[in-house]
Amino acid sequence: MKHSIRNQHRAEGRQTRKSGGYLVDRLIAYRDLHAHALFSSLGRLVASRFATVMTIVVLAIGISLASGFYILVKNLQQLAGNLESSNQISLFLREEVSDANAKKLAETIKKNSDVLDVKLISKEQALKEFETFSGFGAAVKALDKNPLPIVIQVLPKNSLEDVVVLDNLVEHFKQVPEVDIAQVDTQWVKRLQSIMELARRGVALLSGLLGMGVLFITANTIRLELHDRREEVLIAKLVGATNGFIQRPFLYGGFWLGFFSGVAAWFIVTLTTLILKYPIEKLSGLYDGSFHVVFLGGLETIALLAISAALGMLGSWIVVYFQLRRLKPE
Amino acid sequence: MLQFDKVSMRYPEVGDVLKNISFSLHPGEMAFLTGHSGAGKSTLFKLIAVMERCNRGEIIFAGQNLNKVSNRQIPYVRRNMGLIFQDYKLLQDRTVFDNVALPLVIAGYGHGEISRRVRAALDKVGLLGKEKKYPLLLSGGEQQRVGIARAVVNKPSMILADEPTGNLDPELSKEIMHLFEQFQQVGVTVLIASHDISLIARMNYRVLKLDHGQLIAS
Ligand SMILES: Nc1ncnc2c1ncn2[C@@H]1O[C@H](COP(=O)(O)OP(=O)(O)OP(=O)(O)O)[C@@H](O)[C@H]1O
Ligand SMILES: [Mg+2]
Repeated sequence: MKHSIRNQHRAEGRQTRKSGGYLVDRLIAYRDLHAHALFSSLGRLVASRFATVMTIVVLAIGISLASGFYILVKNLQQLAGNLESSNQISLFLREEVSDANAKKLAETIKKNSDVLDVKLISKEQALKEFETFSGFGAAVKALDKNPLPIVIQVLPKNSLEDVVVLDNLVEHFKQVPEVDIAQVDTQWVKRLQSIMELARRGVALLSGLLGMGVLFITANTIRLELHDRREEVLIAKLVGATNGFIQRPFLYGGFWLGFFSGVAAWFIVTLTTLILKYPIEKLSGLYDGSFHVVFLGGLETIALLAISAALGMLGSWIVVYFQLRRLKPE
Repeated sequence: MLQFDKVSMRYPEVGDVLKNISFSLHPGEMAFLTGHSGAGKSTLFKLIAVMERCNRGEIIFAGQNLNKVSNRQIPYVRRNMGLIFQDYKLLQDRTVFDNVALPLVIAGYGHGEISRRVRAALDKVGLLGKEKKYPLLLSGGEQQRVGIARAVVNKPSMILADEPTGNLDPELSKEIMHLFEQFQQVGVTVLIASHDISLIARMNYRVLKLDHGQLIAS
């Protein structure tokens, strides 16, 4: 007993003298150990190329589905945002109202404290717009009389948020004798908003499910690897390895799986967006829209990679945590 | 160094494998553990390496009661013993160097120290120059010596060898026994399980004899 302690002291004493910085030496060794685990786990993935690629493809499809839906909703939101900001009240004037009276009415309305701006569209302007955008130009020309009414577009100060004020405003305009119809399209904007809310929740739910999928696929992959390397794990345990030491390369293995799947998913999503960008913007142009397709941003890309890598690590941690403690040398 | 005090071990499937074993080895002592096949030699080793826990009695290793060692502490206990196995238990996809270096890597030694110690250990077992070979390309005796180098590289206070000469020819067996004697001479406690009676007889050391789980001579 005494002897062994003396032995140990001798060994450590020698080391201290030799390196001068025993602790520094250990710290460097610890860092090397991590670096080694990081790169050896990468090497192992490369060594089993086929299996690795298959796993990563499956994971990447899952992750890209989630982030693809995310970016889709984000684009739709942008579209809805455009529509919301164009929220306005249209006043269709009676046929007998003259241009001069319409102009006077528009000026009166503009003085209203709840109104931000008004825009007068004369019969001729309305007809011209109709000809340009409807494609019924020839048919309109055949008419001997302009059937369109004068329209005053009113942009209220407070947008959709205050529905009561908006409704009051509409009621007020309905009382004006020159006004035939006062119309505000809040209903479908509200519908759109609730659809968007639904879509957002759907994406969150779907992402959660797909995330679970990623978690369990990595867990299973790591479980297989752990099984393959059973012998190695047992030997390491016999020569004094802690669970922490043994699980390190597996955790890094999960990290790499998640990370590379994230990278692959980013490419899938970005490529898909790129392919769809041109036709979508062309379509939007046809409807006089100024819609621009948005891609995954820098922060979103970082989040995508971080979440993927974290899921991979978590997946392998779950397996390693529960299985390693059960793996005992005979 | 090592003390067994009325130790019993029972496997639920087969009943008592070790019965009321008491003995002690003082530091720097070398002893043989012998007995028929199935007598319980390997089981006794497993208890020392805390691969199994005993049902009754106490085992004291290097001043530590092994019954009171928690699972988290087991690795640290094992780092103080050099285990040698009949089937070598080497990593086939690692070089000789990496195999021998494993305990040092685990214990967190730096590159220079590892390289120096591995070379010293390989030199001691006469395998210097084979660091880059893979275990499968080595003979049985050479693999056994790689296992021994791995067991001593961390300078343990005790060596536990379970039939280290099981499938070696007499010449090699003698060589390996001589190696153990050298470790014993520098103060390491050595316990060797073997049923090579003639070899044990030729060497003049203490013999612990197991018979159906009972210690009949020490
Ligand atoms: N994991 C186990 N579970 C149940 N019984 C076991 C287990 N390991 C060993 N035994 C039993 O314990 C008894 C002793 O086995 P042990 O391996 O200690 O013998 P041994 O002396 O090493 O024999 P040998 O010389 O053949 O190696 C045997 O009867 C064996 O069947
Ligand atoms: Mg045995």
